[in-house]
Formats: sequence, structure tokens, C-alpha cells
Amino acid sequence: METYAIYVPRLLPQKDFFAPGHRACIGCGEALAVRLVTKTLGRNVIISNATGCMEIVSSPYPTTSWRVPWIHTLFENASAVASGVEAALKILNAKGKRGDSPKVVAMGGDGATSDIGLQALSGAWERGHNFLYVCYDNEAYMNTGIQRSSATPYGASTTTSPAGKVSIGQTRWKKNLPAIAVAHNIPYVATACPSYPFDLIEKVKKAVAIPGPAYLHVLSVCPTGWRHATDLTIRIGRLAVETGVFPLYEVENGSYKLSMDFPKLRPVRDYLSPQGRFRHLHEEEIDRIQERVTAEYEKLKKKAEA
Amino acid sequence: MSARRKQTGMTSGEVSLGAVVDEAGNAVEYKTGDWRSQRPVLNKDRCIRCGICYIYCPEGCIRQGPGGYFEADLYYCKGCGICARECWTQAIHMEPEE
Amino acid sequence: MEMIGMEGSHAVAEAVKLADADVVAAYPITPQTHIVERLAEMVADGELNAEYIPVESEHSAMSACLGSSATGARTFTATAGQGLELMHEVVYVASSMRLPIVMAVANRALSAPLSVWGDHSDVMAVRDTSWIQVFAENGQQAFDLTLCAFRIGEDPKVLFPVMVHLDGFHLSHVVEPLVLLEKSQVDKFLPPYKHPYSLDCDRPVTMGAFAMPAVYAEVKKAQHDAFLATKQVILKAWKEYGKLSGRHYSPVEHYHTDDAKVLLLTMGSFSETAMVAVDELRKKGEKVGLIRLRLWRPFPFEELRQAVANAEVLIVLDRCISFGGPPGPVCSEVRAALYAEQKRPKVVGFIGGLGGREIAVAEFKQMVSRGREAADKGAEAVPQITGIR
Repeated sequence: METYAIYVPRLLPQKDFFAPGHRACIGCGEALAVRLVTKTLGRNVIISNATGCMEIVSSPYPTTSWRVPWIHTLFENASAVASGVEAALKILNAKGKRGDSPKVVAMGGDGATSDIGLQALSGAWERGHNFLYVCYDNEAYMNTGIQRSSATPYGASTTTSPAGKVSIGQTRWKKNLPAIAVAHNIPYVATACPSYPFDLIEKVKKAVAIPGPAYLHVLSVCPTGWRHATDLTIRIGRLAVETGVFPLYEVENGSYKLSMDFPKLRPVRDYLSPQGRFRHLHEEEIDRIQERVTAEYEKLKKKAEA
Repeated sequence: MSARRKQTGMTSGEVSLGAVVDEAGNAVEYKTGDWRSQRPVLNKDRCIRCGICYIYCPEGCIRQGPGGYFEADLYYCKGCGICARECWTQAIHMEPEE
Repeated sequence: MEMIGMEGSHAVAEAVKLADADVVAAYPITPQTHIVERLAEMVADGELNAEYIPVESEHSAMSACLGSSATGARTFTATAGQGLELMHEVVYVASSMRLPIVMAVANRALSAPLSVWGDHSDVMAVRDTSWIQVFAENGQQAFDLTLCAFRIGEDPKVLFPVMVHLDGFHLSHVVEPLVLLEKSQVDKFLPPYKHPYSLDCDRPVTMGAFAMPAVYAEVKKAQHDAFLATKQVILKAWKEYGKLSGRHYSPVEHYHTDDAKVLLLTMGSFSETAMVAVDELRKKGEKVGLIRLRLWRPFPFEELRQAVANAEVLIVLDRCISFGGPPGPVCSEVRAALYAEQKRPKVVGFIGGLGGREIAVAEFKQMVSRGREAADKGAEAVPQITGIR
């Protein structure tokens, strides 16, 4: 990622396609992510959205925060709907019944992507539809009140994996969605975080320019579910990257490239301690997390060096 | 009619086909500013007009006003405090809402 | 056009081809597979210019259809039994979002135990989904009704999806004599698809907003009113089709009903077996007739009441058991439709043809005599399963 000496607003497109007046929580990292992604996508898109936080907060009938064509149907089928939209655009253009080619973008949370919608996403990737899938990962089923998903990290307390007298909360490690995307041999996979807005924006631009399936996994910090002060959203996203918990990278046609690297990663403790969902963890668990993060980061670096 | 009144007052004959919303971005009518318990206050002397607050606002309600200063539109501002936290020069501080 | 022999499934595919469908979302399931296979061949040979999406499940098949129709493409899919069940939640969404889609259903029994053979349990599970639903009795109808389905569903006064039901194996896999239409005829009958709302960057709409309790009921009422109003368009479309093809369809079709005191009521391919039974009984002097429900949803209340106005006994055949309730769904609906009539026949129900079980002509004749008996005794009994050990 290029470093910018001064962040100037004129580097960003002016218009917002995700209008204020939406009902996202105070300090919502996902709302910011959607705002930045849609700002970058511009007007020439059709969005297929899964059920989830962003869908609910943006579309209480008869109002909408969307300033682009947008369709929501169910929870697990954003990729399948997107496949239908993409196919329709293709054939209608070929038959001369339509003369436009907006990019098809599917959006869903970690629940919609990693759990209930994984089949439809895998199918869409395998069929090679020309679409971008953006996963907004707030690491649980947040819209329905913080239930665990397969993207919930080890040790996090959620309402269906609560920390208790005989449990440390989530006992499984986070499912590696980008790796699953890479395994489908799609041309572009990347991770991003709104705490690094210019990196996110460049990745969105790149992803939509590539014909075929692209996948963007965006860390969406959630003050409500992760239990931290509402003003720390950006900071915690930064800590996720700086500790190696959520590394930023791209995979283009199977080749890994780190978006940023640090001479030394910060200890995971720095990331875990401001968050109430990890407050119950003991040294033992924190050490385990540190070991795992360190090992995974090394693996990632090796892939990038290859 | 306001969207809220439409939602609670709309008759079945007035419902759009398939409940489609045909007015892009009409959520702008909804005053999320009522939610906040603290508001951002800008010290123009410290503000370097970098726009980082504008970038990081989840509502997208910070706009560049006269003189190029970035200020939050209090109609929408939910008072999260991200702008105050992220401001390079600490030109923004949060004050409790009355 | 000349008469040809063709499998019911292939006849459906021919209709889709003549309609120049834009998108076909295809997932195979016995006994509809021949439909999607034939369509795949047509696309591969350049006979049908469509995007063929080989989806990875029926849930995704219907979901892809949603996206396709919302983008303004003429959309088709086919399913059966378990497939219809798997896409169940999506089926509701298609109709409540007013997205015209045509789906052929090769009616199949539901698991467990697994049965690939025909009955109507898959149909009965989707009664309330607000899809226009019609029943074919033979291959010709499978072709005709599929073509009409595009015309009806896409009509600006309708904009609802349509299911064309054809009995699994009995219709899907049997070669029957039928006549197709010329492309020029279809082009006159079927205008291009144009939805008032479409996913278009020049006019960005939000489809699929969520509804608070304050407004959900009004949305459903609007849907309910619109759905009932589709009947007029269905009648009009069938009238036009009749002029075009010489084959006239109506919501309730009659066979020897004029002086009939006893009527049989069937849906689907067993109607033709019932017709043979009626012929044989009539030769013996019995005043028996048959009515067939062509239109299942919206339910043809008026036409049914008119059809049975002079009958004393109405014997309804169901091909599905509704467990724990009145066991024959069609029988229940017919009884409910006639409940408030001053003069109505005694309605007796039978359940048969489950899981592909045959119902012979002799059995229909037995149903008539048993039905008569039950009516005479004054016992409008709970529907009995016929032909069971």
C-alpha cells in the first residue's frame, strides 16, 4: 500500500451512495465499510444484499439508504441472486434488450457468507460469474443479537458461545474464508479494513476491474458486539492488523502479496484487552491465541514470499 | 407525507408493487441525530482540514463547510466520537448533549 | 402444424424455446430432469439463445430466477418434489416481490421414504405461496400451459410467477401426440417482458425492503387483492390462446356434466383415466360426469360452484394426504368453496395415486359406487385412501 503523506479528501470520490439516516449502531464499523465500498463502486453497480445488519438498517419500508439499484431477498442466497442478475445482464445485452453493463456486487455478513450462504457462494465462484462478493465480517450474527458464526474468533464470548463457568466462549478457530476463496481459483481475493481506507478503496477498484469472480473480506469492527467504546472502532481495526490477527493481503491468481507488513507484530493482548467479548480470557487462552496468530502470520508470509 | 407517517398510515392501496422503494436514498429524512448523548465540537484553530474525520464517519454526515473546515451535520450525527478520537490534531472534542 | 410424438418434458422445453426465454436456472431432479436436459441441448446447439445457469441447488435455482427476473429477463426453471421443498422459502419471495417466473413442476411424492414417483404432495405444500398454478392433463397441455404461463405471469396487470404442474413420469416421461406452434404465432401471442421496476442504474430502486408490523399487513393485503385480480387476465390469455391454437382452456373443465347427478373431480393426468371410467359408466346408463380443475390458484370458486350446481354427489380425488387434518387437501378446499351454497352436492373424498401408484379405470368406477353409497347413508365420511392394502 502506498503511504500517503497527507490524507486529503479530494483523493476520494465525493458522492456517497449509502445515505445517512440509516439505523446502524453508534460507531458501526460495518456502516463505514459499506459507505467506503459504495463510494468507490459509484453509480454503475447492482447490489445483491443478504439479510443482515446492513440490509436491515438500510431498508425499513418505505425508506432506503441505497442510492444504487439494490435487491435483498433472503439470508443465504445473495450469491445466487447475483448469479441471476449477472446472467440476465449478459443475455439481455447480447439480445440487444439492454445496453448497460453495471458491475454486479453481492454483499453479506460473516453469517451469510461463512455459514448459511457458503454453498451459494461456492457455486457462483465455480460457475465463474463476473461479480464481486464483499463479506462484511463483524465476527458473529450481530443483527439478531450477537450469536456465534464460524467467523467468530477463538475465545470470543457470544450469546450462543457464551463465556461461562465451564466455557471460554467460542472454542473453534475462525474459518479462513479467503483461503476457501483462493481454493476456488478465482482471479482476485483480498482482505481489507476500513481503518486503512485507501487500501480498502484501491482493492475495491481492483476487484471490480477484474472480469470474473472476486472476493473481498472486510473486517467490520462492531462496538455493540465486541463490547468496546463507540469511538474506538477505527483504533481496534488498526490493532487487528498491527497484531497480525487480521493481516491485509491480496491473492491475485493464486499469488499472495501482503498489503502491509510490520517489522514486529504487536502482541495480541493489545487487540484483545479493549474488547469486552474477550475480557474473560485467562493467560493460557491468550497465549494460545498468540501462538496461533504468530504461526498463521508466518504461513502467510511464506506464501507471499513464494 | 413523511416516511414515518407513510409507514404507519399507508393503506393497502398505496403500497408499491412488491413493496419496492422507488426513491433512492430517502432515508435522509430520518433524524438519527436524536440518538446521541454527546456531540462533536470543532476547534477551527487546530483543524488542518485534512478530512480524516470525513473519511471515518460511519454516517457520512461530516461535510466540508465554509473555509474548508469539516463539520458534522447534527441532524444525523449519532455522537460516536470516532472523529474526535481519530483527528490528527485533536481539533475535535466531544461534549455531552443537553 | 403437424402432430408429433413427444415426451411431456420435451414439450415443456419446446414451449420455453418458442417463448425465447432469456435465462434458465437449471438443477436436475427426477422426474423433471428431462426438461432441463433438453433445454441444455437446445442452448448447446444454438436453438435457444439463453443464459443457462447450472446452479448448485434448487434454493439457488429459484434465487437466481429472482435476480434474473428483477433484471428484466424472461426466466424459467423446473423442479419436482424435494426440489420444490428445498426452494420453499424462495418461492414465497418470488411472488411477494412480484417477479414473473415460469416454473414447471413434475409433481413428485415427498420423502420420507424417498419416492421419485408422482403424486401431489409437493403441490399441496405450496398452496399458499401466491403463485398462479395450473394443472396439465396431457403432453399437449404441458406445452400449451407453459406458453400461456409466460403470457400470464408477465402481463402488467399480473406480475406474479406461475407454476405449471405436470404429473411426474405419467406426463413428464410419456411420449404423447401433440401439436406445437409456429414461432410467428407465439410472437403474436407473447409480447416482450417489461417489468415496471427493474434493476437499473438510471433509476435505482430498492427491492426487498423489510416491513415493520405497522405496514406488513397492508403489503400482504395489496398482494392478496392483486392476486385475486389475476383471474381476469388468465381468462383473457386463455381466450386468446384458444383463438390462436384452437385449444381452449378454462379454470374448471367439464366432461359429460350436463345431466350428471354424480361428478368426479380430478386434477392432473388421472383425469384422462377418469374420463374412460365415465365413458364406461355412461354406456351402462349411469349419469356420471367429470370436472377437472385446470386452474388451482387462484382457486376457481365461481366456476366450481357453477359446475356442481346440479350434481347430487361430488367425488373428489386427492393425490396427497394432509396428515392430522382433513386428509384430502383438494376435498377440503372444495368443501369450503361450497360451504355457503344453499344447494350443494354431498362431497365425498378419496385419496389415491400416492407415490406413483396407479389408479385403474375399474378403481374410478369403484370410487363412484362407494361415493354414492357414502352419500346415500348421509355419511360424508372422511376421505378414504383407495387402492391400499
